[in-house]
Amino acid sequence: MTPAIELSSINKQFGPVWANRDIDLKIMPGTIHGIVGENGAGKSTLMSILYGFYTADSGDIHVNGRKVTIRNSHHAIDLGIGMVHQHFMLVETFTVLENIMLGMEGGSLLFKARSRARKALEEITEKYGLNVDPDALVGELPVGLQQRVEILKALYRGAKVLILDEPTSVLTPQETGQLFEILRTLRSQGVTVLIITHKLKEIMAITDNVSVMRGGCMVAHRQTSETSTTELAELMVGRTVLLQVDKEVAVPGRTRLKVEGLSYTDERGVKRLKDVSFHVRAGEILGLAGVTGNGQSELMKVLAGSLPQDSGSFTLDTSNGVYTFNVNDYRDAAMMRDCSVGHVPENRLVQGVVKSFPASENAILGYQNKEEYGSPLLDPAKIVAATEEMMEAYDVRPRLPGLKTANFSGGNQQKLVLAREMMKEPELLLIGQPTRGVDIGAIEAIHRNLIDARDKGAAVLLVSVELDEIMSLSDRIIVMNDGMITGEVNAADTNEMELGLLMTSTNRKDDEAMATAVETPKAEAVA
Amino acid sequence: MNPVMAESPAWVRVALIPFLQLVLALAISSLVVLIIGEDPIHAFQVMIRGATNTDFGGISNTLYYATNFIFTGLAVAVAFHAGLFNIGGEGQVYVAGLAVALLCLALDSTLNAWFMAPLIIIGTALFGAIWGAVPGYLQARRGSHIVVTTIMFNYIAMAFMSYMLVEYISKLGGNSTDSRYWNAEAVIPKMHEISSSFPYSLLNPTILLALGVSAAVWVLIWRTRLGFAIRTVGSNPEAAKYAGIDAGRIIIITMAISGALAGMMAVNEVYAAQSRLILNFPNGAGFMGIAVALMGRNHPVGIVFAALLFGAMNQGGTELQFEIPSISPQVVLVIQALVVFFTGALDQLLRGPIENWFQRRAIARSQQAAAQG
Amino acid sequence: MEMFDQLFSLLGATIRMATPLIFAAMAGIFSERSGIIDISLEGKMLMSAFAAAVVSYETGSPIFGLGAALFISMMLSLLHGYASITQKGNQTISGLAVNFLASGLTVTLGHAWYSQGGLTPALKNEQRFTAIDLPGAEWMGENIPVLGSFYERVLSGHNILVYLAFVAAAVSFWVLFRSRFGLRLRATGEEPNAVDSAGISVAWVRYRAILIAGSLAGFAGAYLSIAQNASFIREMTSGRGYIALAAVIFGKWHPRGALLACLLFGFLQALETRMQNVELPLVGELPTQLFSAIPYIITVVLLAGFIGKAIAPKAIGRPYVKER
Repeated sequence: MTPAIELSSINKQFGPVWANRDIDLKIMPGTIHGIVGENGAGKSTLMSILYGFYTADSGDIHVNGRKVTIRNSHHAIDLGIGMVHQHFMLVETFTVLENIMLGMEGGSLLFKARSRARKALEEITEKYGLNVDPDALVGELPVGLQQRVEILKALYRGAKVLILDEPTSVLTPQETGQLFEILRTLRSQGVTVLIITHKLKEIMAITDNVSVMRGGCMVAHRQTSETSTTELAELMVGRTVLLQVDKEVAVPGRTRLKVEGLSYTDERGVKRLKDVSFHVRAGEILGLAGVTGNGQSELMKVLAGSLPQDSGSFTLDTSNGVYTFNVNDYRDAAMMRDCSVGHVPENRLVQGVVKSFPASENAILGYQNKEEYGSPLLDPAKIVAATEEMMEAYDVRPRLPGLKTANFSGGNQQKLVLAREMMKEPELLLIGQPTRGVDIGAIEAIHRNLIDARDKGAAVLLVSVELDEIMSLSDRIIVMNDGMITGEVNAADTNEMELGLLMTSTNRKDDEAMATAVETPKAEAVA
Repeated sequence: MNPVMAESPAWVRVALIPFLQLVLALAISSLVVLIIGEDPIHAFQVMIRGATNTDFGGISNTLYYATNFIFTGLAVAVAFHAGLFNIGGEGQVYVAGLAVALLCLALDSTLNAWFMAPLIIIGTALFGAIWGAVPGYLQARRGSHIVVTTIMFNYIAMAFMSYMLVEYISKLGGNSTDSRYWNAEAVIPKMHEISSSFPYSLLNPTILLALGVSAAVWVLIWRTRLGFAIRTVGSNPEAAKYAGIDAGRIIIITMAISGALAGMMAVNEVYAAQSRLILNFPNGAGFMGIAVALMGRNHPVGIVFAALLFGAMNQGGTELQFEIPSISPQVVLVIQALVVFFTGALDQLLRGPIENWFQRRAIARSQQAAAQG
Repeated sequence: MEMFDQLFSLLGATIRMATPLIFAAMAGIFSERSGIIDISLEGKMLMSAFAAAVVSYETGSPIFGLGAALFISMMLSLLHGYASITQKGNQTISGLAVNFLASGLTVTLGHAWYSQGGLTPALKNEQRFTAIDLPGAEWMGENIPVLGSFYERVLSGHNILVYLAFVAAAVSFWVLFRSRFGLRLRATGEEPNAVDSAGISVAWVRYRAILIAGSLAGFAGAYLSIAQNASFIREMTSGRGYIALAAVIFGKWHPRGALLACLLFGFLQALETRMQNVELPLVGELPTQLFSAIPYIITVVLLAGFIGKAIAPKAIGRPYVKER
């Protein structure tokens, strides 16, 4: 059988970085093929090459056995390749129909194009069972339906091969389930699906074949039925992950952080936090598990002082005193730092550093008002000395405090942020995804540092999407789903299965409402 | 493996590239002179002589113009550091002129220059600050775009000042569109009045204020916590929030400072040099500040040099019309436009390839060194 | 009847004042809807006013003058486009540079060529677009009450460019909202990624948009120097490009809204000249400067969200760079 897509010896460099190196890949028609790899493994670049966003530096692409050079995305569409990007490429002020016909209007007059597109769209929705109101404004649709519009867009363009880039990262578990249902229908209709993800469970649940990428290279191809998450994980990271972190049993002290009934609604009116209550004690690590986007980021931001809650309160009990922050109490991130709260944000390369600053200025970001850095004016000598100390302690390379931060590698920028937040020995440490984007060698050191901080009496609130990390570091674990705490367990007595269940536990009215809305989008749009 | 991406040397970034961009702008301006049918080399000679001669006040007037441009250039630069494009310098200067008029009309018969000058400085800075802070407030708290608002504020200032001048200020003496002259006792003397070794010119001690303010801006931006906050807000608003910096507050403060800097140009122009309020006195100096800030890479030292350059061009331009009557002094505007193009919107045109070349050279060298070591 | 005559001639003047604003506002909409900030309307108008006056004077043909205006304005658009699309430079800075360039070049060239301090020589009537009397205007004005006066004073007696401005507004609406090109153009200003991923060149859409903007601004400039007036005058646009920009914002980037805003602003300009030395009941004599400031003031108020909310195209001002 001829592969639907065949890539051989694909190379792509961005400056000195090899994004893809010597990639071979065969995708059989009518299958669901997964590509896994960590962030930065080169998956997205490879798919962009396949979709004509980039051209490969060298290598061959065959589509249905024919050698092709994909010049641009238009050409990819002509070859029957469609793509659903991680960030939707939808015009929010346009209707579903307008979005779908954009670029394939089939005539220079819109009213003719509209009726033609409407007819074609009806046929497709019928064939694949994908219901969306064609006249709804895309910006007003829930994320799951927006994704469906993206899929429809590709099918409308005659896609026989559908590439999905991290399709579930923005979806609720229910929406994920519905997406997988759709993908199975597509497969039964002969569509080839290529799904990029770093979530192994999904690979196991939906794919027929899987290919693993690491550091820009393709390291393995497997039949899904003949592999396991453990094997895939090992292939992804390149060696057996040391899941167990050596640590003593925690000796928790008094309660450092008490969160009571915290709720938060974002500017779009979506409830992100729903009546969240928990506490963290000195000398313990509380793990917060959950699928990305279930309120963890918002919770951290509220606790770090950069988002106001709608209701509820939280109380800090540190050596600076006991402070309760109610709904309308003023707070900002600087105030929290004064209360000895350290914060390593999950997207620290965006939030945690100013890339155009020299490393030394980022080493005091957030602490710039501390007198130790000079008074009344900032004293560069003192700042540089403090930076050198951090660089030494956390092995930031190169050891050049004056070098522009953008010129450090991502991993070294991270280490600088970690050093800045942890070396202040905060009594409460908020830390999100501590090892995301960090090279393997540094992971163990970071874990060690967290345990040390705990042992010195810090209360640590750890957010991570990596269950292994949560389970091996935490003393207690709370689980969030859809803005709510769905359970609390002892790290020593739990397993992945239990956490997984808590992370996806669904028996709430909201979900039922969502499910009905998804089934009858037309009714919703009319109402 | 070398994780460091080499930077091109500082002298390339802040001196060589702006110089080449200027040369390019001048080369294209020469084409305009050629189209007119004049000899560009001759024109430049005339301009340089006009701007640098010592007998007829050339260099003095160059410095006088430069004083204006330092203020407006600093105003644009400070806002740039906070990620704000203040196009409203023109209006901020204009409104600050009102402060001079009000103070002088009220007090110039009672106070002498020693008392008057500090009041004038505070007054111009205050009026300019208000005219800058309002668009800042509208951006920070109401979400209006600073560029559009400051443009609109320029025109509102024009209408307002024209109303004030025509309806009130000119009626207290002076022509229909100008105020009366300020009492000489209340005005700081010009250089040639202080010492006869200076030729006649409009140059006055305000230039010392301009230089002092430049130094203060340097300290503000790179040594104070406010400056740290300004630069953080300008480079990464999300990081500012994370660091506990209230971006809205910083935007308002920065725009007030920016407006105050622009406003202080009125000290030079309205108080000292002209000694009266004239309709449309800013005459583009606020806009010139944009070219000056871009060329000076938003650094006070660069701005002083760029202001000198544009001051020289202005002065040289006025000399042009005497020697080569067919060339209008407005040709300086063409040069200004091209400088803004090549140092601003088309910055990467020259910068990209040149910096790349130096970077590649540095990387090659370090690799060579690594291979040998 | 006297009152109606006055009102109608005020409306007629409104239309004449609004004409350059309408052209320029439509130019602004095309440019900004495609994602390119157009601060340079002012400069393009100024430069094309100059070109129109020079070429009309030299050739004796206003058609050639208009052609020159369109050409030069489109060239400035290309310059702005090259900086902001191809070189991905700062669009505001580029637009300002175009404005400075126009200020400098018009005076420099005008001064060198005609030695009148930047003015161009006065144009004879046949070198301009002059008023067209619609059939029977005078007769109807004298014989049919109210409606006849309306016909004579508001509808009739404008030059061809005035009528064209309204045609341009209608065509702009049609192109933007009824044609494939318009759909793509609007998508480019909102979500260029969507356009690129649909296989359409973002740069090419934007270049076409700004070329259209250039030609429309050319009409606006030509109107000033060879229709409304009879020569080029230094800085004769006097902020009209920015008022047009205000009208674009006021009209929420929609041709219909912008057209109404232009008529409103045109009305204020027409009123300005008529309100000199007029005592109004209660308030007394209004300063003329107030009328010239009102468009700017209400735009500031609108932008600040005190009355309604003006939401700009999402991708405006951002050079398009493919996401990795």
